[in-house]
Amino acid sequence: MSNAGVIIAGAAETDEIGRLPNKSTLGLHIEAARNAVADAGLTMKDIDGIATVSAPGPVQVAHALGIYPDWVDGTGVGGTSFLLHVRHAAAAIRAGYAKTVLITHGESGRSRVGAPPFRGDPSSPAGQFEAPYGTLGPTTTFTIPLLRYMKSYGLTPEQLAYVAVAQRQWAAKNPRAMFRDIITVSDVLSSRLVAYPFHLLECCLVTDGGGALVVTSADRAADFPKPPVHVIGTGEASETPMISQMLDFTESQMFRQAGQRAFAEAGITTADVDHLMIYDAFAHVPIYGLEALGFVKKGEAGPFIAEGNTEPGGSLPLNTNGGGLSYTHTGMYGMFAIQEGVRQIRGEAAAQVSNPSISVVLGNGGMFATCGVLVLGKNPR
Amino acid sequence: MPVPTPETQPYWDGAAAGELRIQRCVDCGEPYFYPRPLCPSCGSSNVEWFTASGDATLYSYVINHRPAPGFEEEGPYAIAVVQLAEGPRMMTSLVGVPATPEALVLDMPLRVTFEQRGDISLPVFTPAPVEVAQ
Repeated sequence: MSNAGVIIAGAAETDEIGRLPNKSTLGLHIEAARNAVADAGLTMKDIDGIATVSAPGPVQVAHALGIYPDWVDGTGVGGTSFLLHVRHAAAAIRAGYAKTVLITHGESGRSRVGAPPFRGDPSSPAGQFEAPYGTLGPTTTFTIPLLRYMKSYGLTPEQLAYVAVAQRQWAAKNPRAMFRDIITVSDVLSSRLVAYPFHLLECCLVTDGGGALVVTSADRAADFPKPPVHVIGTGEASETPMISQMLDFTESQMFRQAGQRAFAEAGITTADVDHLMIYDAFAHVPIYGLEALGFVKKGEAGPFIAEGNTEPGGSLPLNTNGGGLSYTHTGMYGMFAIQEGVRQIRGEAAAQVSNPSISVVLGNGGMFATCGVLVLGKNPR
Repeated sequence: MPVPTPETQPYWDGAAAGELRIQRCVDCGEPYFYPRPLCPSCGSSNVEWFTASGDATLYSYVINHRPAPGFEEEGPYAIAVVQLAEGPRMMTSLVGVPATPEALVLDMPLRVTFEQRGDISLPVFTPAPVEVAQ
């Protein structure tokens, strides 16, 4: 039983994403849940496990949906939480704790309707040892490692800018993407400085939206209307609650740690990967991700992207929905990265890659704080 | 404004006295930051406070163009991470130097100084004085 297969049987986003001032955070959870359960051909009565992030959290979401679950997971470790939920759900299903788990995300990240206020705890380590220096969220913290990377490996401002250029090429093919106009390196470098060396177009969007997944055992794969997406490898890791304490500013240990776990479980190497999603809150994160997962050596990811390898027509399709930089970014983007991996394996993506068998999704939480990696397959392991 | 906890109070008391006090493990000798009652290298609870040299180098930074509350007057300002001569890294502000890429060169030598913010003395860093050969 311990190796029994697990699948994603239902996956959907909210009807719309972007600017949705008429929907609350909880409302977005409910809409995403309804769509994902319908996508699986099920009803809420079929759901016996729930996972999501606070606020509103799994108790509120389950109750709002009329679900009284046998299994509850409120793991809240930032934008990658939903990848961890999939991993935890797989374990729960194998253990017999639940049969059909619903994982939801909804966030009024832009409109802030029914959304919890941002607040820091001034007595926490980050409140004592980072906030006094004028940090203001991810733009001032997630970004800090990059200058050290640039000095160590010679990454140029133009190569960093090209990450946004490449992803916009994917977004241009996706009617749901918020930004779809083709851009150039010059456009990126002439957008305003947010936090040197990062320009506006190298920072993710802030949007409203949601998504949800239904996870169950692979022996039920024939029971659902959509082709199964097999969860063939998973990994998770945490590194640091404060960017200043990241072990090495030129690499993400936790990306590597979680990636190695997931690849080993799936029994794959980078050569087996047909499609890749790397959480891109900022343009440098795909660079760190490509190197940590071993697709390229350290220092090579910037040139690899700038040479066109990850854009439409390239050898390694990356962030094919347009990513957090161009598609959407509610605040906890990981759910959208999983959704695109599922769509690609099912063959229903807006910018569909040619018949992918394996999609890898790397999620980041906080500022290089937590990581989840999923290996999704068209076939069982 | 930071709110000290019992485990971090010696750090803030040190700053009020014009000293950068951090911790090290008595058993394995490893210095570490941020303050906590357990050595992150070997797990020992046998740890002690000491006064760091105050010497550091610039490890990485950003220049923030969207000021946080309380920083509106400053114009673009640097948020830096420095590497202490003893090894640990910490976030800080850079003072006595323009917040420009030209002035802020990675690995430049820095020296701790202290700024009073309300009731708190806050460690910040400034370019180290250039030593003139005799």
